[in-house]
Amino acid sequence: MEGVGVGEFGSILLMQGFNGLSVFSVLVLMALGLAIIFGQMGVINMAHGEFLTIGAYTTFVLSHLTTTYLPSAQPYYFLVAIIVAFVLGGLVGYAVEYLLIRHLYKRPLDSLLATWGLSLVMQQMFRSTFGAKEVSATLPDWLLGSWQPSGTVDIPLNGLFVMVITLLLTCLVALFMYRSRSGLRMRATTQNRVMAGAVGINTAQVDRMTFALGCGIAGVAGAAFTTIGSTGPTSGSLYIVDAFLTVVFGGAQSLLGTLASAFSIAQANSTLEFFITGSSAKVITLLAIIVILMIRPQGLFSSKVRK
Amino acid sequence: MKAVGGFLRKHDLAGILVLAAILLVVLPLMLDLFRLNLVGKYLTYAFVAVGLVLCWGYGGVLSLGQGVFFGLGGYCMAMFLKLEASDPASTKIQSTPGIPDFMDWNQLTALPWFWQPFHSFTFTLLAMLLIPGLLAFVIGIAMFKRRVGGVYFAIITQVIAAILTILIIGQQGYTGGVNGMTDLKTLHGWDIRSDSARYLLYFLCCALLIGGVFLARYVLGSKLGKLLLAMRDKEERVRFSGYDVAEFKVFVFTLAAMFSAVGGALFTLQVGFMSPSFVGIVPSIEMVIFTAVGGRASILGAIYGSLLVNWAKTFFSESFPQLWLLFMGGLFIAVVMFFPNGLAGVLEQHRVRIGEWWRKCAGRLRPTPAVPLQRENHS
Repeated sequence: MEGVGVGEFGSILLMQGFNGLSVFSVLVLMALGLAIIFGQMGVINMAHGEFLTIGAYTTFVLSHLTTTYLPSAQPYYFLVAIIVAFVLGGLVGYAVEYLLIRHLYKRPLDSLLATWGLSLVMQQMFRSTFGAKEVSATLPDWLLGSWQPSGTVDIPLNGLFVMVITLLLTCLVALFMYRSRSGLRMRATTQNRVMAGAVGINTAQVDRMTFALGCGIAGVAGAAFTTIGSTGPTSGSLYIVDAFLTVVFGGAQSLLGTLASAFSIAQANSTLEFFITGSSAKVITLLAIIVILMIRPQGLFSSKVRK
Repeated sequence: MKAVGGFLRKHDLAGILVLAAILLVVLPLMLDLFRLNLVGKYLTYAFVAVGLVLCWGYGGVLSLGQGVFFGLGGYCMAMFLKLEASDPASTKIQSTPGIPDFMDWNQLTALPWFWQPFHSFTFTLLAMLLIPGLLAFVIGIAMFKRRVGGVYFAIITQVIAAILTILIIGQQGYTGGVNGMTDLKTLHGWDIRSDSARYLLYFLCCALLIGGVFLARYVLGSKLGKLLLAMRDKEERVRFSGYDVAEFKVFVFTLAAMFSAVGGALFTLQVGFMSPSFVGIVPSIEMVIFTAVGGRASILGAIYGSLLVNWAKTFFSESFPQLWLLFMGGLFIAVVMFFPNGLAGVLEQHRVRIGEWWRKCAGRLRPTPAVPLQRENHS
């Protein structure tokens, strides 16, 4: 490192920090929906990654449609895609809850296995519909290129965009959970299902909406992912374990915990990656999480919940 | 009551005899060597499935990382075979003769220290059992003593599977990377790829599996087995009765890991290679599928489950490759939703009727004791 000046070193630090933040946004996007479903309902949804893929493919289809039929709308299609991805993910989630999940609330391990089966089925459906090859959406021009605040710092715009979406989505979810009637009902159901039912909350309906909301958020995450990578039938499943770990590590019931854990995992991973190889960095990060979980099985932040 | 017990014991023994007859007589007579070798491969998964019956079906501990132990057992065996396959004479074109080819490709010039003891077959056999056992023991102590259980444990075992895959693929020079360890030829000079060796290994696999069934039945029939069952259904109550729940869980998890390891070692011997694709998250969860389909609370059911699902997998991937995932996913959803006790559960439900039919055929008339079926209660 002899030849590297202070300014350059600062830039490297900045870029590395930015990389960490990128990974952080990806983890948060993935984990937000999961945190709602797992944290609020205790359901392990192994098909969560596939809901993400739904969002990604929706964006791809919309981008394809606009470039073919409505080229003038091309700069704006992405905003529509996010909304459509949310609605579509939510609708599929609603159906899945109705057909599958609600029969398995008493058996959490079984819901894990059934949703794994669901993810296999969905992957095959994607493969049959869109082919095994990865596809990517045509990005609007304003997402291409990079922002260069100084000569040595180079920050890609799409990464920045994903961060903005993450930030917005997190704020919206927090607002919904802690400031709206529906959020209140959701939290009441989590804390004490029987009591919530007794005061007139339709808990089955709340469950369905919660699950649909989580899946809708996964859809938005998928739409955001198309800006930084291509989409294949199994893209979603790549993230599922990391995402679960993020949620478990943060403490299942806590939104703040999910954010904190995503931040620490992402920063630890990308900082380590600077010093050792990528795979070793990943292994060390995962091992560290397991050890911490052993010491604090309830996760970093945990709220008291009646089982 | 004694008569009922005797009937059941006899019934189970009959089941083992039927299994032994199918594996040792019917299949070898019916199938050609290629297919028989495939069945042998499926049977190595049955070891994992039997282990899962113990730890998941009875102990209530769902591990989504059995591939880790399967892989470790398989890799131990593969390391021994690989060392024998890379003697100086047959590797003299390498820049460093006498070390496995993938090490040479990765610019290693000497055998790493942890490879050295694998020159000895005795050490290999011990390591194959003890390394996975020890790992499971450590994981078990770490998790169960801290009362990490249920879905959290499942996720953590999945992460461990992910870690091991990343390690194996990342440390190419020591492990052979993505390709795994290939070109395994001989065991003490005995060619494991010859026809006679294939037959012999198949029968060895069957014999060990039936031995494993007896061992598992012995464990489940003992007081420990009753406690496992009690623990699965009402963990708190067992704890309040003064038992250390964690110790039983550690024991059964370790035992299941060793079962998987034996399966892995036999896999390497019969298939002739080992790669990280049998270690990771997906194979691990597939092994759970075999168990669930056969019946998570039935040792014999799990064996039939492994055979059937793997046979279906081969059939579909040969004939309708695009349908395989749909079938597997659909099967999994159906089993979990409608037949939580798997094939064995379905049989059990109809056992009385089948029994009546059987007696009618045999011309005997004796009232059968109805076996009350307990639905699984996960909490």
